Amino acid sequence: MLCALAAIPILIAVAVRVSSAVPPGRGPAFLDRIAQNGLFVGVTALVVSVPLFLPLTVGVVAGDTIAGEAGQGTLRYLLVAPAGRVRLLIVKYAGTALFVVVAPLVVALTGAGIGAALFPVGPVTLLSGDTIGPGEAVVRLLLIAAYLAVSLLGLSAIGLFISTLTDVPVGAMAATVVLSVVAQVLDALPQLEWLHPWLFSHYWLDFGDLLRQPVSWDSFAVNALLQGGYIAVFGALAYGRFITKDVLS
Amino acid sequence: MSTGGPGAELSIETRGLTKRFGQQLAVNGVDLAVPKGAVFGFLGPNGSGKTTTIRLLLGLATATGGTMRVLGEDMPRKLADVLPRVGALVEGPAFYPFLSGAANLRRMDAADPYGSAATRRARVQSALERVGLTHAADKLVRAYSLGMKQRLGIANALLAPRELLVLDEPTNGLDPQGTREVRSLVRSLAADGATVFVSSHLLAEVEQICTHAAIMSAGRLVAQGTLAELRGAGQARIRVLTPDPGAAAQVLTGLGLTAALSTDGRTSGGAGSGAAGSGTDAALFASLPAAPPGAAAREDASSALAVEPEAVVAALVAAGVRVRGFATEQASLEDRFVALTGEGFDVVQ
Repeated sequence: MLCALAAIPILIAVAVRVSSAVPPGRGPAFLDRIAQNGLFVGVTALVVSVPLFLPLTVGVVAGDTIAGEAGQGTLRYLLVAPAGRVRLLIVKYAGTALFVVVAPLVVALTGAGIGAALFPVGPVTLLSGDTIGPGEAVVRLLLIAAYLAVSLLGLSAIGLFISTLTDVPVGAMAATVVLSVVAQVLDALPQLEWLHPWLFSHYWLDFGDLLRQPVSWDSFAVNALLQGGYIAVFGALAYGRFITKDVLS
Repeated sequence: MSTGGPGAELSIETRGLTKRFGQQLAVNGVDLAVPKGAVFGFLGPNGSGKTTTIRLLLGLATATGGTMRVLGEDMPRKLADVLPRVGALVEGPAFYPFLSGAANLRRMDAADPYGSAATRRARVQSALERVGLTHAADKLVRAYSLGMKQRLGIANALLAPRELLVLDEPTNGLDPQGTREVRSLVRSLAADGATVFVSSHLLAEVEQICTHAAIMSAGRLVAQGTLAELRGAGQARIRVLTPDPGAAAQVLTGLGLTAALSTDGRTSGGAGSGAAGSGTDAALFASLPAAPPGAAAREDASSALAVEPEAVVAALVAAGVRVRGFATEQASLEDRFVALTGEGFDVVQ
């Protein structure tokens, strides 16, 4: 799955390299900047994968946590070992969180790497108009990856909870991915504006603040708070469900 | 039908254990008593609640009612303390197909907080050795046969020294050698002092390895005790081999027994077993009813039987019946099992 994620920036970079110059303002954000500065491959790839591809992989990993073990029958042996239900839940969530951290990092670093290999690398102009060197730019790229990791923690907690509800891993994965899409659709409806700040996907693309000089941490903090709330609520739900669950698979 | 004297230590003790799934009572008021050090056969037709009971005992499912004590501790309150002392094979083995057998065992052992990492390799190695899987230790489980997976499942239960082993259908899918090995493995575990709780529907197997047994039917525990007790509770019967079945039947009826000509092919007399040709013996069966409680038996007050077998022979001979063979047969566990759980093939709802 990490390989599939790494394929995105490579695909973008190669496509831009072999095609003629991209007219400004067309395609995903920053696409037109790639030819001048390879580091933008990483940013573009992250922007492209946020709506579907990253949530998809997170949904697969989080949905598989408990339901996968249950479907395979290994859950009963882990519990009899005894792994302890709380311990198992924490370890499974930690594993998912690790994936959530690594996934955007892979996209960003592969992007930066392939960009540097195929295109020139130079100073980057920030949204605030300031210019920073390539080294500083990579730091900003890593910051964006970290922001996305935090953004996806809430979704992975939801996936963990759904995973405790079923013995069919595919069902849990699909439900998690569908939820992430539904949240983004709701976020796009102006009629539901009152709901928007509560949607776990609401701040997913708000990492622009990290591309200013000095860095504005406001959106990072608001997003972290929201994701923390989702972790608390769905973590508690997963705990409540799993601790009393009859393991019959 | 208590086993052992009062105060005998029990490895598993349940009182009124009940599990309800919606409308259905999967386990209904089960009072199990598994003595320490016993090899306990847990019998029952498919769907009688054996595996559900095991799940309750291992804390995989929560009981709707009743109390449980496993290894002297209250369950499920002391689950975390008890489970490391229990090895289990529940409803077939389950492993990660993309890992090797040894890697699977190491992963399972890592899930046990008491499984010391320092001795893990050695313990995995010896568990694999015990089930004869050493040569396939590094093969992916995907490539294992059903019997090899079953062996690996047993190895998983043996990763640490255990006081109680709960083996659900341990010989499922095993070849005859494997079945024999499991039998001797169970015996050696019991010899080491462990209690072995074997669920099975293979009666012959239980008769061979178990000291105690319990029989489940439709969620209820219908019998429990030592193997001898279970068999003894069934009626003994006599088998008379004679060329004069008519006269013999009259004598038996005169003694108050109901005689029946053999209908199964167990006699060696050939097809015309009913014919009174001198070369052909017919086999007559009659069950010996137990003496009515309270009433003194006719000849021997200490006897549990209403009619002594030797009295039957004497009566037959006195009546001039040519007795060519006579045997008393103890009811087998299978007779008892069928008597308690019914003949039918249908799974009980």
